[in-house]
Amino acid sequence: MSDELKTIESITSQEYKYGFVTDIEQETIPPGLDEDVVRLISAKKSEPDWLLEWRLKAFRHWTKLQAAGAEPTWAKVKYPPIDYQKIVYYAAPKSMPALSSLDEVDPKLLETYAKLGIPLEEQKQLAGVAVDAVFDSVSVATTFKETLAEAGVIFCPFSEAVQKYPELVRKYLGSVVPYTDNFFAALNSAVFSDGSFVYLPKGVRSPMELSTYFRINAANTGQFERTLIIAEEGAYVSYLEGCTAPMRDENQLHAAVVELIVLDDAEIKYSTVQNWYPGDKNGVGGIYNFVTKRGACRGDRSKISWTQVETGSAITWKYPSCILQGDDSIGEFYSVALTNNYQQADTGTKMIHLGKRTRSTIISKGISAGKGQNTYRGQVKIMPGAQGARNYSQCDSLLIGDQCSAHTFPYIDVRNASAQMEHEASTSRIGEDQIFYCRQRGISTEDAVSMIVNGFCKDVFRQLPMEFAVEATKLLEVSLEGSVG
Amino acid sequence: MLDIVDLHAGTAATAGAPGTNGAGMTEILTGINLHIKAGEVHAIMGPNGSGKSTLAQVLAGRDTYEVTAGSVTYKGQDLLALSPEDRARNGLFLSFQYPVVIPGVNNIYLLQASVNAIRKHRQQEPLDAVDFLVLVREKIAEVQLDESFLHRPVNEGFSGGEKKRNEILQMLLLEPSLAVLDETDSGLDIDALKVIAEGVNRYRRADRALLLITHYQRLLNYVEPDRVHVLMDGRIVKSGGPELARELEAGGYAPIQEALAAAR
Ligand SMILES: Nc1ncnc2c1ncn2[C@@H]1O[C@H](COP(=O)(O)OP(=O)(O)OP(=O)(O)O)[C@@H](O)[C@H]1O
Ligand SMILES: [Mg+2]
Repeated sequence: MSDELKTIESITSQEYKYGFVTDIEQETIPPGLDEDVVRLISAKKSEPDWLLEWRLKAFRHWTKLQAAGAEPTWAKVKYPPIDYQKIVYYAAPKSMPALSSLDEVDPKLLETYAKLGIPLEEQKQLAGVAVDAVFDSVSVATTFKETLAEAGVIFCPFSEAVQKYPELVRKYLGSVVPYTDNFFAALNSAVFSDGSFVYLPKGVRSPMELSTYFRINAANTGQFERTLIIAEEGAYVSYLEGCTAPMRDENQLHAAVVELIVLDDAEIKYSTVQNWYPGDKNGVGGIYNFVTKRGACRGDRSKISWTQVETGSAITWKYPSCILQGDDSIGEFYSVALTNNYQQADTGTKMIHLGKRTRSTIISKGISAGKGQNTYRGQVKIMPGAQGARNYSQCDSLLIGDQCSAHTFPYIDVRNASAQMEHEASTSRIGEDQIFYCRQRGISTEDAVSMIVNGFCKDVFRQLPMEFAVEATKLLEVSLEGSVG
Repeated sequence: MLDIVDLHAGTAATAGAPGTNGAGMTEILTGINLHIKAGEVHAIMGPNGSGKSTLAQVLAGRDTYEVTAGSVTYKGQDLLALSPEDRARNGLFLSFQYPVVIPGVNNIYLLQASVNAIRKHRQQEPLDAVDFLVLVREKIAEVQLDESFLHRPVNEGFSGGEKKRNEILQMLLLEPSLAVLDETDSGLDIDALKVIAEGVNRYRRADRALLLITHYQRLLNYVEPDRVHVLMDGRIVKSGGPELARELEAGGYAPIQEALAAAR
């Protein structure tokens, strides 16, 4: 192997920078899952009966799936069987009760955020971003509520929405991702802990970008977020989600559900930067990230745009999708997924075209380094009624070193002959000759790799809000950086 | 400026290949001696496959080639001990015979990164985007390339001649002290040749040296060399003044090969 390849390898085998554990007293219940646990979670949150009933139905469905061995196995990922009875399904920081300002938040928690480089206090001033921080299972801080309230935007923890806006939650919860959708969605529906709720009434454009930082901390606590965003006619919101997690040995299960609903002329832009603990160099530990994200463009001329930068987790299983029901509605998916060391990612999207002249765009950039495995799995379905539908898909893979792999599985199902479909795919390797060319121009191997990787991702980064783009660029650098020999 | 003494280099051999030596190497350079002083222009000519590009790449530090014997001293230091980027930062520039395509990376981005990497080494402040744009606009006009080339991915879809102009643009921006141009004059139309030659002459200074690898007299009509060397089978077999290039142009390499054979 040449020196350049060796250097690239040492660059890509760097360890996770964000590993630490916060010592905050936790209120937890013993591990295990049965109906009583579901009831207990619901009771802790003083939920209405209809919600408890819904959770129980989900739980019974999940139990059936589990008995039938229906945990999905089609993804190109490998992991030992998960013992669902060993997982703790509820944990909340003890010093929890109603906080009216940041000052009341446990200083340790604020310290944790500071270590992550996302101090809440600065976030407030910075860029006018409202932050609803989810620490483990319960939301502990919500900022900028007033400005948002003035504009008519509802942005609050999911559990608060259940209390304050039960009719909205009841109307939309499970309407895009029913609990019967898949194994992990059923599990989430039964035991979801908290998450975010956003509601934009007719004609309201959010005056700021909404952002939530998620964090998994308590040992062996599965994290089951539930996010619901509804944009009424003509409304607009850009929602950012970013996360890192502490160093852990045990694998931690994360099974979130995100549902988006967009009515006539409304738009939701949903951006994610995901940097959960990927496991160590030898593939020990790391987060299992099994997420169901789906949006319904119910209205005419409505639009949903998913942008994701996935650099973390041991396993990522995630397909943010769009159901394009309204005529002239638009679905977009922009993705960068990086796998390093022993990370595995099976990610992509589904675009279901139902309405006339619906359009979708898929730009997927997979980067594999070390022994990483990266799979793009996408489905574009044009239903008979989708006259004049169009799709453009582009799936590019970049390989760094010679021990990683990339796979592409595009599924295309066209049932209306008027559809226009375009698919492009490419695989390239960062070549020794490219690195040498850069070095001959005075640029170090490390900088050359990061320059080429950033160039590869720029069509996706361009979609991210400014601060997020900067963070994403840094993240890729950190994920690929190391001691250059 | 540059002293090459008895330089031997090669690649790890494919088993049983002819010319394989005991160490499992295929030797490509078989004992090069070359001395270039500041202010001088040297030309290297030689048949295809004689080792010209290999010499250029070894000077630039490509690790595909292993140096098995000899030494290279550049500005008083052991060139072979430096990494490729340190050689570049110390003023060694190679214009590639086959410039490399880097998809996704805009040309201007690479240019700015390399100018600033070299400025950093010289302990100069980095140029910000605005200052750099002013500089690069001035230099790109000198090589008569359109500014749109700044915003295209490095060498992607560039024609042969455009790639060569882009190499010269880099040379003008980086202001090296020793420039090795590997067939920068190949594949150029008549006007482009003139543009490249003017670029090269603009670069020339009493404290800078040039090593031109070429197959043709044409470039040498514009850039008069102090010395011309003939490389064959990995060695310099003949050196002379500018008239040597004209002789080769007229008679080819056969007379030299015959003379060599007769001498054996
Ligand atoms: N990486 C390599 N592996 C194997 N053989 C090589 C390698 N690089 C060069 N060679 C061989 O070494 C010899 C010299 O190659 P080189 O590219 O230096 O020739 P050149 O003089 O530049 O030729 P041209 O005029 O065609 O550019 C050739 O026979 C070539 O095939
Ligand atoms: Mg050559």
